[in-house]
Amino acid sequence: MADKPRSFQEIILRLQNYWASKGCAILQPYDMEVGAGTFHPATTLRALGSKAWAAAYVQPSRRPTDGRYGENPNRLQHYYQYQVLIKPSPPDLQELYLGSLAAIGIDASLHDIRFVEDDWESPTLGAWGLGWEVWCDGMEVSQFTYFQQVGGHDCKPVSGELTYGLERLAMYVLGVDHVMDMPFNDPQSPSPLLYRDVFKQTEEEYARWNFDVADTEILLQHFKDAEAECQRILEQPAEDPKTGKRIIMAHPAYDQCIKASHLFNLLDARGVISVTERQAYIGRVRALAKLCADAFVQTEAGGAAA
Amino acid sequence: MPDLLIELFSEEIPARMQKRAADDLKKLVTDGLVEAGLTYAGAAAFSTPRRLTLSLDGLSAESKATREERKGPKVGAPDKAVEGFLRGAGVAREDLEVRDDKKGQVYFAIIEKPGRMAADIIAEVLENAIRNFPWPKSMRWGAGALKWVRPLHSIICILSDEGGAQVVPMDIDGITSGDITRGHRFLAPDSFNVTGFDDYEAKLKRANVILRADERAETIWHEATNQAFALGLEVVEDRGLLAEVAGLVEWPVVLLGKIDDDFLGLPPEVLQTSMKEHQKFFSVRNPKSNRIERFVTVANMETADNGATILAGNQKVLSARLADAKFFWENDLRVAKAGMEPWLDSLSNVTFHNKLGSQKERIERIAALAREIAPSVGADPDLAEQAARVAKADLSSEMVFEFPELQGLMGRYYATEAGLDASVAAACQEHYSPLGPSDDVPTAPVSVAVALADKIDTLTGFWAIDEKPTGSKDPFALRRAALGVIRLIWQNELSIELLTLFTHKISLDDISRSASEALSNALELSDFLKNKGFDADSDNIVAKHFKDWILLSGEEASESAWENVATSVDLLSFFHDRLKVFLKDKGIRHDIIDACIAMPGNDDLTLLVKRAEALATTLATDDGENLIQGFKRANNILTQAEEKDGVEYSYGADIKFAEDDAEKALFSALDAADAKIAPAMKNEDFSTAMTAMAALRGPIDAFFTDVQVNADSEILRRNRLNLLSRIRNICLTVADLNKIEG
Repeated sequence: MADKPRSFQEIILRLQNYWASKGCAILQPYDMEVGAGTFHPATTLRALGSKAWAAAYVQPSRRPTDGRYGENPNRLQHYYQYQVLIKPSPPDLQELYLGSLAAIGIDASLHDIRFVEDDWESPTLGAWGLGWEVWCDGMEVSQFTYFQQVGGHDCKPVSGELTYGLERLAMYVLGVDHVMDMPFNDPQSPSPLLYRDVFKQTEEEYARWNFDVADTEILLQHFKDAEAECQRILEQPAEDPKTGKRIIMAHPAYDQCIKASHLFNLLDARGVISVTERQAYIGRVRALAKLCADAFVQTEAGGAAA
Repeated sequence: MPDLLIELFSEEIPARMQKRAADDLKKLVTDGLVEAGLTYAGAAAFSTPRRLTLSLDGLSAESKATREERKGPKVGAPDKAVEGFLRGAGVAREDLEVRDDKKGQVYFAIIEKPGRMAADIIAEVLENAIRNFPWPKSMRWGAGALKWVRPLHSIICILSDEGGAQVVPMDIDGITSGDITRGHRFLAPDSFNVTGFDDYEAKLKRANVILRADERAETIWHEATNQAFALGLEVVEDRGLLAEVAGLVEWPVVLLGKIDDDFLGLPPEVLQTSMKEHQKFFSVRNPKSNRIERFVTVANMETADNGATILAGNQKVLSARLADAKFFWENDLRVAKAGMEPWLDSLSNVTFHNKLGSQKERIERIAALAREIAPSVGADPDLAEQAARVAKADLSSEMVFEFPELQGLMGRYYATEAGLDASVAAACQEHYSPLGPSDDVPTAPVSVAVALADKIDTLTGFWAIDEKPTGSKDPFALRRAALGVIRLIWQNELSIELLTLFTHKISLDDISRSASEALSNALELSDFLKNKGFDADSDNIVAKHFKDWILLSGEEASESAWENVATSVDLLSFFHDRLKVFLKDKGIRHDIIDACIAMPGNDDLTLLVKRAEALATTLATDDGENLIQGFKRANNILTQAEEKDGVEYSYGADIKFAEDDAEKALFSALDAADAKIAPAMKNEDFSTAMTAMAALRGPIDAFFTDVQVNADSEILRRNRLNLLSRIRNICLTVADLNKIEG
């Protein structure tokens, strides 16, 4: 596939096809607000336990503090990540990854592709791993991580995680200087759309809301509610009194953890969290993530004996 | 004598770990081989982003057989003893020999170890090295349990001699050794086999890999400076960056790029930091304008378009980065020009320490203290206070949030833009100094005032909440802060009474008990202590002096005054400890410093250091050294006599009872010394005082040679003891010579 893709969506489609051809289950985005593709339970929870796993998906991600009203050429409060998680990490993961770059038209013989140390740590997920940020001509195009721990649990076996920042990667491949100028669909199509046609207005709307309008009292209350609900869910006995089945509600609880994490990001963007409080909030979300991980490894998908 | 080649081929090793890892590999393998009885002529280790390599030459082909005789228990010793001996020696009972010894028959064990082939030893040693490698951080991968810095893919382990190369067989969790490696990831990805180190290095170079990190660094530097020179420019030297970049590439290709004109107005430090931190670019300066105008990036790739695509990509990334920096800079300038109020306000939300309040509260304290210190450092109090108020404002700026290493420097830019006095702007940058022991010490008065206030506030604050350094733990870098204060005082020859300052400050900051009476009591007490010349070594000394002081002053001092002074005295003694370390590096013995610390006014460090330097100089002379002996002799005789007689011989000796010439001479020598020492001490001219003191050496020596102190006549004896007392008193006005060793 030496030909160049012509639009943002073509790059996504090519990645989907590539990773499908390498045996990944192509999942859909998680239906909640998250800060990164890692938060999708297909990564966070599935990296735990002994069962083999291979999945790839697009994840819309939100980082309220990065909002620039759609004016900065590369900063957005809402953007797409492409995420691949394979457990156990295959020995040729680097080659597989380089194959995916070729699939979207990055010719390795013309570019300078480098694996530069970048150890990944998510204090909110209680997770860490070692790996690199992958540079193409000095630009970070992906994160490449071998997960060592998630939610305080050792990853055995180890998952290999790849995260592509899609807008940045696509801008590079398509030779676009400002994200808003990027073709979203095929420029030859009857209704060609640019990124700005899809997202410029929403960037403005959310930037205003994130920075100045979001009601911090309500956000704080939502945070507390999500935290309480997460804990309450996991306090339920494993056996469901209605069906008599053993049903540990790791995923519903984890949804609340995701919510708390995003609410924290919103509060942070509103500038109402002081430096000392920050650590405390992160600690609270981490405690939830840990509870969810503890619960997940008790389930069948988490590798517990059925 | 075969040669050994080892290569551990892995996914990309972090640049900062490579050199250390190559050294560790060398040490672990050579130590292991030597311990197992092999010898080698030479060893060299190398690293690239994907490999650690070790080359040993002149290795012995096998270890020598060894034979050791070990003497055991006597024949007939308890079974347990014999069994223990067998275990230790690793031999069976029937292998023991019985030999005659002086005391009877004794067991002997003969321990024979056959020689082992080098290959067997190498396999064992290398496996051990890999499994126990001291990576700063290591990881597992796939379903395996082996740990390495990143996944380990293959191992070369070959022994080669004239007869050819042989693989040393080994298998580490499924990775088997061989003689095969790969070249550059993109330029020469195919595998090839090697027969020895020279072959390996040559084939790697053909496969676009320069094995030696220093050769890669030299190539980069040479090429970068050449390209810059051709344009009349110069590369900003950065050895750390060069080493790092050399660890990011196997085949360096240097590319020189342009910085967009839009960004040339940014401060050069911002350009440099942004390019270095984010992109690992070298800065290229125009020596005429002194501006950073271009950059050098080092690719790991040769391309058909000679790097044009790579350079264009890098340039684009840089522009995006600098657009961010420019955005921060312009936003910051707006705030700065409007007086920085929002920054200062937001510092009230930043906690400095939960017991010491916010950054804003801290700044208030520093400002008050800077004002107080200003006159003693020759600074304008208004400017010092103003500087202290804005010195930390840049911590709230967007630029410093992005690049914390630019704190202070940005403060200087912003203060200048805000139209503040140049001395205030300079203080924004300089008040953090000195940080390390080799850091420059500020000399501009306003900078000095703020630098001192900043550090002293930190110290008195943490002392007041009892968070002092213990052992190796010093999380708030208080030792560094104290050394900073010492260097500021010493280098600027400042005269500051630290105890007064500490007491004043701790009492003022102490909101819970800020009664003005307590404060004035505390200050009076600390003054009293200083005039006594207290010994900071003793914990109880404050309490003791406190009682004396209450007796003298005749009034009740408050509890808090006492506590605040005790804390101040403790902090001062921490300073004295740091000062000892500082002066020891300058070649002044600790006992000399102790002798000076024991004198009044020991919280004025400049005075203290001057005294110590003068004493050290004096003691280095022949007279000085012998004077100490004379002083000690006089003091010993006197102390013994005082203990025996139960009196203090301090009543003035009278020359009319002097009989010997030497005795009369000593009288006049002491008079002469007194006449010089007293005014000199008053003027803090220690060197004159001590020279005068050292001049007593001759008369004192002569006195002890010619005169019997314990004379039969009680009148003569008492007069002579009183004369010795004069020697003691004169000497002790200069320093506490009792503390001098030897």
